[in-house]
Amino acid sequence: MLKNKNMKSRYYYFKHEYSGKFAVTFFGMFLIILTLCLVVFIATKGLATFFNNHFSPIEFLFSTVWKPDRAPANGGPAIGALIFITGSVLVSMLALLMSTPFSVAVAIFMTEISPKLGKKLLQPAIEVFVGIPSVVYGWVGLSVLVPFIRQNLGGLGFSLLAGSLVLCIMIFPTIASVSADAIRAIPRDYYEASLALGATRWQTIRRVIIPSATPGILTGIVLGLARAFGEALAVQMVLGNTIRIPRSPLDSTINMTSIITMDMGNTAMGTVWNNALWSMALLLLIMSFLFIVLIHRIGNKGGSK
Amino acid sequence: MKKLMKSVILSLALTMSLSTALVGCGSNNETAADSSASGSTQVESSASSSTEAAPSSTAGVSGSATAVGSSALQPLAEKAAQIFMETNKEANIQVQGGGSGTGLKQVSEGGADIGNSDVYAAEKLPEDQAKALVDHKVCVVGFATVVNPKVKVDNLTKQQLIDIFTGKITNWKDAGGDDMKIVIVNRPSSSGTRATFKKYALDGAEEAEGMALTEDQSGTVKKAIADTDGAISYLALSYVDSTVKALKYEGIEPKVENITSGSYPIWAYEHMYTKGEPTGVVKAFLDFMTSDEFKPTITELGYIPNSEMKVSRDN
Repeated sequence: MLKNKNMKSRYYYFKHEYSGKFAVTFFGMFLIILTLCLVVFIATKGLATFFNNHFSPIEFLFSTVWKPDRAPANGGPAIGALIFITGSVLVSMLALLMSTPFSVAVAIFMTEISPKLGKKLLQPAIEVFVGIPSVVYGWVGLSVLVPFIRQNLGGLGFSLLAGSLVLCIMIFPTIASVSADAIRAIPRDYYEASLALGATRWQTIRRVIIPSATPGILTGIVLGLARAFGEALAVQMVLGNTIRIPRSPLDSTINMTSIITMDMGNTAMGTVWNNALWSMALLLLIMSFLFIVLIHRIGNKGGSK
Repeated sequence: MKKLMKSVILSLALTMSLSTALVGCGSNNETAADSSASGSTQVESSASSSTEAAPSSTAGVSGSATAVGSSALQPLAEKAAQIFMETNKEANIQVQGGGSGTGLKQVSEGGADIGNSDVYAAEKLPEDQAKALVDHKVCVVGFATVVNPKVKVDNLTKQQLIDIFTGKITNWKDAGGDDMKIVIVNRPSSSGTRATFKKYALDGAEEAEGMALTEDQSGTVKKAIADTDGAISYLALSYVDSTVKALKYEGIEPKVENITSGSYPIWAYEHMYTKGEPTGVVKAFLDFMTSDEFKPTITELGYIPNSEMKVSRDN
């Protein structure tokens, strides 16, 4: 009787305590293993270009000659990826330059100037922006932005500018919402102290709020940059994908994600061409690691203040 | 609480199946497209059943097969699979896209039974792997040079076309048209369509890079041509409509009759590759695709049946 009761309570204890704990631990471990597997997989594939095909990383990173289909008789395949790297950097940086002032301003407006309107209208609007799939951004860009640029600014419309503008809109919600959270997290005392010293509202925002929220805002910017770097579809649709380094924002160009998506299905795994694409994927992964490290460093700096 | 246990068990099962799929993926070196659990079991069962089902008549074959690869051939292959499965209730043919390179690699490694390709296997795979594959030419696709309707040119010679795509002619006035800048819209260099156009229309001349827009979908190419003044590109005949203008090549119109008679040279075979001679359901399916019964569907979808060709090519 007593033994039976003991068993029963043990069973309940197991049900209530261990099962949940086990599930949570299991999923946590699974995620870690999955991440490691992905990194190892991409790294092995990406490094094959250099170890199996014996291309030099210097050539890959700094040469502008991309002719992976050229016959060995005419100088062999050439896999210089500098044009794609430059394209990725330019399009993301330009997007960031346009998006940051806009996003930070929106964040300040919705937290400081008009919190009510911010909560009722801006917050939902930003959430809608996040939910729009990237193919829709690309399609709108292709149908509206590209003809607009062609008719009003010249060029073909397919351009670095079109790519940056599409990205600018896509990363805006990330930067705005992270910045807004950072501003909301500032202790009430800061405002009160500033106002008590006789500062006006705008002085408080400019001299107190923005400086204290800087680490948070920077985190948002880096997150936005990471998103911009990795975005493929929307940018590919409006960038024009011309393999050259652009001389003006109205020139068409190409980035790393575009060449990967365009060529991956048509090249057989294990060929030099396919391996070069994997190397670019590895480079994108390394970039995103760097961004994450950067975010952590910014976070730590903010914490120690 | 019962609910909680249930969900835990369910999610555990899900994780397990996911991880097995991942393990399978790693060991077979398959592409990510096949990493779903159902995908990998599909491949296994098809491999075993296609060997078992060897002694069978054409009516009512059973077993399953996968055809992976070229997106240009995909619509036709899907239609064929659909009709084939209606008459052979026991058969199951799965058609997937992924590109010619993926298809050839998959069939060569045994991941798929049929590899669909726009180009000959030797152009994508190393020689030893290409040799193990058996080519089945299922139909012919014709390509047309297309331009924006505002371009006042109806015909281009081969030399003019080469000069345009290699960047020697950059204005339509040098090719018999108005003073308008030429905008080239190309396919990615890995594309089968581009390879075909380069080989048969441009005589293999290496196109100038760094001046052409590149789009990887026929639909996007068409839109770019229709919207951009002075644009020139190439499309499969099935994609050509009134929004773009198809040009004559050396004075010959890109029409089915001209392709079958051999006077218009820009066309290519669509290939279905198998590893070794096909057997069972795979053989039955390939026979069906080249049968007279399926011919009207081939024509209807914008392809040309092999049997109508009065000329042939070996490579």
